[in-house]
Amino acid sequence: MGVTRISKGTKNGLIVRPIKDGTVIDHIPPGKGIKIAEMLNLFRQDSVIIIGQNLESTKYGRKDIIKVENRFLRSDEYNKISLIAPNATINIIKDYTIQEKKRVTIPDVLEDVAVCINANCISNKEPVPSRLYAVSRDPLALVCHYCNFECKEDLIRLKT
Amino acid sequence: MNFVNRDIVSIKDFTKEELEHIFKTAEKMEKDGYDDTLLRTKKIGLLFYEPSTRTRMSFDAAAHALGAETIWFAGVEGTSVMKGESLKDTIETVANYVDLIVMRHPFDGSARWAADITTNRTKRGHKKVPIINGGDGKNEHPTQTMLDLYSIRKTQGRIDGLEVAMVGDLKYGRTVHSLSYALSMYGCKLMYVAPDSLQIPEHVETFLKRNHVQFAKHSKIEDIISSADVIYMTRIQKERFPDENEYNKVKGIFKINRTLLSRAKLTARLMHPLPRVDEISVDADDDPRAYYFEQAGNGVPIRAALLSLIMGVIE
Repeated sequence: MGVTRISKGTKNGLIVRPIKDGTVIDHIPPGKGIKIAEMLNLFRQDSVIIIGQNLESTKYGRKDIIKVENRFLRSDEYNKISLIAPNATINIIKDYTIQEKKRVTIPDVLEDVAVCINANCISNKEPVPSRLYAVSRDPLALVCHYCNFECKEDLIRLKT
Repeated sequence: MNFVNRDIVSIKDFTKEELEHIFKTAEKMEKDGYDDTLLRTKKIGLLFYEPSTRTRMSFDAAAHALGAETIWFAGVEGTSVMKGESLKDTIETVANYVDLIVMRHPFDGSARWAADITTNRTKRGHKKVPIINGGDGKNEHPTQTMLDLYSIRKTQGRIDGLEVAMVGDLKYGRTVHSLSYALSMYGCKLMYVAPDSLQIPEHVETFLKRNHVQFAKHSKIEDIISSADVIYMTRIQKERFPDENEYNKVKGIFKINRTLLSRAKLTARLMHPLPRVDEISVDADDDPRAYYFEQAGNGVPIRAALLSLIMGVIE
């Protein structure tokens, strides 16, 4: 595993070497890159990981970026990323070229992605699949299918 | 309008027109009497994980009045829940024995989960067993709300545009949450009387704001007593407090006696989902504005109407 943290002076992340095959997660809000890497368990694998923090972004001012070799994301992982970085783009790299570019979107229904924060909710008391509805995207707010408890942006907890 | 095999989980699942249909059905049953052949072949399961007097007994009374059989447990003592059985396994099992389940459970959202379980069973070729929420934790108690609305409609001749005050434990009280959601459809002015620590929770407040409901918070009954059409008292629920010291700080904080009640409009009605502890003095019971025992009585026609509509024996 290799982690490169770049604070300033980058030119669109090109200071970081390109990857041959893998995934680039771009347009992550500054400071959230490590959180996404941890959530995706990227530190527990042997592949090369490059995390850029506080890079200049023409769209958003500052951004984080993750490059990970030989790792491709599942759809539930897209959903999880959307909750932390709603504007993130995912580039799938094959043989040094971008084969596919996707924007994450927060789905209307999140199944087993995040947990209800109401401690007395049945989904936290018994083995019940979590199910939350996105009732607002900016600011992000999720409502539990079971107990109707509403959870706002900073309090949202992802299912581990 | 289709009620057949419908789950009653949240009051928010119902439109104003559907509620009116339930009220008219209940009204007709009260007027014409109950037909004890309507549910003669039906079995109703009453699964009460938490204590209840009115909800369980009025469902039982309604079911028997319509000729149904009831099978039940009241408290988990003596059931396999004591051996650690999950709600899913209990529902999967009981659904084999009955046509409809009424459930009260301590966890929020348990009724929706139970409804999902019996809906999933239909994919395995079983008939749908509808779930009626008899109270899920501090979340909702929709049939209480239906009988509350029915009581308001019966005593005031309407629900639209009334001033309704809710007093006491507005934080943990599921009946006031459900009642607030329902009254949001009727353009009522809502007045919440509680200490700061027991005021209406943020998620209910957010709902009211989103739906442009007129509401205000108060700290004294005296602020609302003369203008309210309905005063809805609630008990400070000791069992819902995580900390007994917090309970001791607020217990007995709001009390209505005959003298205070005499300041209300003559047409106003004092309601309470019951049980009461000391928030309404016994000396208020004979005041013409006191309506809580009649309100509890309205549980039978409302629940009889629901059972008949859901079982599809009347339209």
